[in-house]
Amino acid sequence: MIAISGVNKIYYLHGVQVAALREVSLSVAEGEFIAVAGPSGSGKSTLMNIIGCLDIPSSGVYCLNGEDVGRLPDNRLAEIRNRHIGFVFQSFNLLPRISARENVELPLLYRGISSKERTRLALKALERVGLADRVRHRPTQLSGGQQQRVAIARALVGEPSVILADEPTGNLDSGSGNEIIALLHQLHRQGKTVVLITHDPDLASQAQRTVKMYDGMIIREEVRVP
Amino acid sequence: MKILQAIKVSFGAIRSHKLRSFLTMLGVIIGVFSVVTLVSIAQGATGAVTEQIEEMGPNLIIVNITGRGHRTLSLEEANRLAGREGVRAVAPVVSGRVTVKQGNVTLDTTLEGTSPEYRTVRNQSAQSGRFLTEADLQFRQNVVLLGGSVAEELFPLGDPLGREIRIDGTPFTVIGLLEEQGAGLGGSGDDKIIVPVTTAQRLLRISGISTIYLQASAPEMVDRVIAGVEAALTLHFRDDQAFTLFDQAQILDTLEQITGTLTLMLGGIAGISLLVGGIGIMNIMLVSVTERTREIGICKALGAKKRDILLQFLIESSVLSGFGGLFGLALGYGAGIAISNFTDLTPAFSPLVVAVALVFSLCVGMFFGLWPANKAAKLNPIEALRAQ
Ligand SMILES: Nc1ncnc2c1ncn2[C@@H]1O[C@H](COP(=O)(O)OP(=O)(O)OP(=O)(O)O)[C@@H](O)[C@H]1O
Ligand SMILES: [Mg+2]
Repeated sequence: MIAISGVNKIYYLHGVQVAALREVSLSVAEGEFIAVAGPSGSGKSTLMNIIGCLDIPSSGVYCLNGEDVGRLPDNRLAEIRNRHIGFVFQSFNLLPRISARENVELPLLYRGISSKERTRLALKALERVGLADRVRHRPTQLSGGQQQRVAIARALVGEPSVILADEPTGNLDSGSGNEIIALLHQLHRQGKTVVLITHDPDLASQAQRTVKMYDGMIIREEVRVP
Repeated sequence: MKILQAIKVSFGAIRSHKLRSFLTMLGVIIGVFSVVTLVSIAQGATGAVTEQIEEMGPNLIIVNITGRGHRTLSLEEANRLAGREGVRAVAPVVSGRVTVKQGNVTLDTTLEGTSPEYRTVRNQSAQSGRFLTEADLQFRQNVVLLGGSVAEELFPLGDPLGREIRIDGTPFTVIGLLEEQGAGLGGSGDDKIIVPVTTAQRLLRISGISTIYLQASAPEMVDRVIAGVEAALTLHFRDDQAFTLFDQAQILDTLEQITGTLTLMLGGIAGISLLVGGIGIMNIMLVSVTERTREIGICKALGAKKRDILLQFLIESSVLSGFGGLFGLALGYGAGIAISNFTDLTPAFSPLVVAVALVFSLCVGMFFGLWPANKAAKLNPIEALRAQ
């Protein structure tokens, strides 16, 4: 369902070209759990942004569910992000002024779902990540691990097919980190495609497949032998 | 995303910066307040004066004889105008300043000598006692009607009816008190006395008539009567500069022109302050967009379209200016009540002014919010997410 072939991403910084991705090709099947690893600056986040339709390739083709995403207008990309992608960021990225429940409701809000239904789905999602008793809390009133769980609830509330997690445990202690990874595995078991970006070889090795990046290129793929 | 939801969200954003939002609104509050108050005062004053002009009598035409050259218009000649087509009544007037004396009170006032028709033509009769009669004119009776303020000064305690006063030394009997008229154009309508025109001519030693009040039989006859009288008087004086002729419509026209300009000017000045308020909103919205860049990035990652972001910020600026407008309106209304309580002015709140002020303040918010909102909507999601 994710099919990337020959993708380049070039940034221009003060007139200097920076190639963040070079000739990257990658396919991810539906329901697969893959990990993306590599040193800092190797292009992992750039790749995730492209998979998540936050950005489009400078050249090459990216097809999501058979649709060539590089040619779509902004509004359509927003719609795809809204319906098919769930993001989990390293820095949680919750809106600070609203409650956990309202944060989780956001993707549904942009989908035009009624307020009652939004609340119902958001509460269900928060229950799934074990935060049924924290729905009224603001992000600042939650621990890092709890915030990241709210973010996961937000990522899964719209029932997207793909969950993209960019170093979701990077800001967490190992205990809460493990809880987050366990949640991702649970989502995977429920049929979601999960792309996990991580520095941690241990975490990477839990994936079905690990993609190693270096300097904007995919240099190795390792398939875990079950 | 539904508009109602966007309004709810924008309230949250506004509430999280209470002082800042209030200060931003203050510009619009002051703008709307001054628009509403100034325009209402101007309209109230116009309304009051217009009412006074209309109270001068229906279908009134005023002829002022400036008496250039040697010819004058005699009383009989003036009365003959009553026979013209479309003229219902004629009240010739001879006027001058006189000194009246009662006991040891002496005062200067305006004396008008006129005929019984004055009552209908000028819409002012006696509130007590009686008005002039034909007999008074015929026999040049020394009888007088007192305006309200004159009566008050001459007879502060007792009833003036039947009492005697001296006008320029000549004794007169008070037969009536004039209806109150209040301050009007050209001085107080209460600071005057009325005597028979024939008596006045003798007293003031004037043979001609200085003013003629004509009443047309119907509003649509006014123009025709003016044309006819103008022609007749031009023939009589052999000079069209010896008199001036005007009716209420002309006075009202002139008045409306003056007050219209005044209202526009006041409204314009106040409008400028509203504009300044708008610039304040734009300023704060730009700051807000910069501060919330990361939030905008998050919303975009979650599927917010350009339209959603644009709408969100537009609604936020409109809510700021809209509520500023409402508060300004309420303040202006309060000020209006205070003004009418403590001064003679009665500000008139026309629904039009209220509507225009509100719509205009909303538009100011939208217009000045457009640029910041567009800036927010155009943000690149990745760069926005990377912002601190
Ligand atoms: N907007 C940008 N403008 C210019 N260069 C950029 C931009 N975004 C990324 N880059 C460059 O692209 C390269 C890859 O960046 P990316 O963020 O994908 O790395 P990463 O693998 O996610 O690193 P980390 O593990 O530190 O998050 C880096 O060299 C970075 O400097
Ligand atoms: Mg990264």
